Amino acid sequence: MIEPTVNEQKTGGFKPRSDLPFYTIFISISAIYVFLIVAMLSAETTYTTPDHIWNAFSKPEIRYAIWLSLVSCAITTVLSLWVSVPIGYLMSRHEFPGKTLIDAILDIPIVLPPLVIGLCLLILFQVEVPQIEWLNRMVAEKSGVEYVPATLVSQTQSVDDVIRKVTKVTFGKSIGVTYEIPSVILAQFMVACAFAVRTMRVTFDQIGPRYEQVALTLGCNRGQAFWRVVFPQAYRGLLAAGTLAWARSLGEFGPILVFSGATRMKTEVLPTTVFLELTVGNIEGAVAASLIMVVSALIVLVIARMFGLTRGAAI
Amino acid sequence: MISVKNLCVQVGEFRLKDVSFEVPGGHYAVLMGKTGSGKTTILETICGLKKIQSGTVSLNGRPMTHASPAEREIGYVPQDGVLFHTMTVRDNLSFALELRKWNQREINSRVEELAELLGISALLNRTPFGLSGGETQRVSLGRALAAKPSILCLDEPLSALDEDTRGEMCALLEEVQRVTGVTTLHITHNASESERLGDIKLVIVEGAVHSLSGKSTEIPGVTPDDRQAAETKTDTSERMKAQ
Repeated sequence: MIEPTVNEQKTGGFKPRSDLPFYTIFISISAIYVFLIVAMLSAETTYTTPDHIWNAFSKPEIRYAIWLSLVSCAITTVLSLWVSVPIGYLMSRHEFPGKTLIDAILDIPIVLPPLVIGLCLLILFQVEVPQIEWLNRMVAEKSGVEYVPATLVSQTQSVDDVIRKVTKVTFGKSIGVTYEIPSVILAQFMVACAFAVRTMRVTFDQIGPRYEQVALTLGCNRGQAFWRVVFPQAYRGLLAAGTLAWARSLGEFGPILVFSGATRMKTEVLPTTVFLELTVGNIEGAVAASLIMVVSALIVLVIARMFGLTRGAAI
Repeated sequence: MISVKNLCVQVGEFRLKDVSFEVPGGHYAVLMGKTGSGKTTILETICGLKKIQSGTVSLNGRPMTHASPAEREIGYVPQDGVLFHTMTVRDNLSFALELRKWNQREINSRVEELAELLGISALLNRTPFGLSGGETQRVSLGRALAAKPSILCLDEPLSALDEDTRGEMCALLEEVQRVTGVTTLHITHNASESERLGDIKLVIVEGAVHSLSGKSTEIPGVTPDDRQAAETKTDTSERMKAQ
């Protein structure tokens, strides 16, 4: 019986504490981080003069890197969208045995260190497979060389060799993957696509199955329901996935360094340029190349904001 | 005619067992039930959107148990309309007709006719964005009726509407049924809708569908309190369960 009176006395003299300390701490922490972002960007942009940047642009190596970066990122983005739409849709709509496992596999490129992805790709294309006699004969015919059974020299060849031979036969020109331009695209694709898949899956989850169900009752088959009703509604998600894949692939460095090498005028993309210029002590060149990436990243950010994509996107 | 015999459906944890009922051609049936009783599941099963474990569904005398939704030729009006919002109202209405490869003149005249019947002629060139609840339901109804189905399934078409709009929509549904003679299955948790619209009244209690004859308000196994609760409850939880 004593306790209630004690409580009453307490509440009688109770004075709520101020919100000031809470907001002071939270706002200061936030401000420090935002300041760091702005400071590092402005430091970089003011580090060089426009002259230096212009000089850097006139170097053929850097021009080549810009060109290769733009082209490879565009191809990667298109590939990622093609792949992420079906995967995202299937994962969002269907239950099947082993779905949890597939889900985990799809996340591997996101959690794996990028360098390791590059190494895995490098090893994958060096896996030894048996010599294919008829393919070797066709290659010999194509290049006008007398056919010598390769099995006499070596019983096996790498996957990359097989691809070189197949492209030689089909296109008349041997195109390899490792240490060539295709490896740049593949290295970018492996990581960028995983992010696009996640975004597309969230997109289809948000659209929900009810639109398709109505379309099905109206006479659509699954394909028509998807292309006529669901896909047009997914355009925001497509844009988000596309910009995300593009931004990811533009900044990709680790896997490219391992899988494609850093050969000037061949497999040099913008991050490689920054790295190469830094190693030879040309900081202006490095800054100029990185500024191009800063500007592109800002453009991506603006596009994403314009379509209100950043909140829902699974980044 | 809709005929459902010994239907068993499993949706996640939820299970419907041994449901049987029949709606003769040209009649307006109202299926009532509490929130979470499986009304929506029954409707979606008839439309072919849910897998059937056992039992049969036949429509107009033809067995349709495992037919695809497209083959069943049912007009389906889902809860909240679910209009295709990347298309205009006109395109929503002509969607089923374009799939059936009608020529443009026929499509136009059918769309005008529907818009007239449903009172949405002024909305045809708008997108569904910004339509009111009543307008959305009218467009959804028009989209379902466009290809002249012989069966119409309505999933709580009036639950999201205010009192006045609800009265208008009831009158419209009566008018539509009178004009088209479509066999209708309307599910609701609202007893007054059932009284007003249904010439066949069905009620689902604990997974079994009973038929109520005439104007009787006695529902086997349901106390008036239960019905009151079912009417006033929002249907969100039921929708989530049913999906």
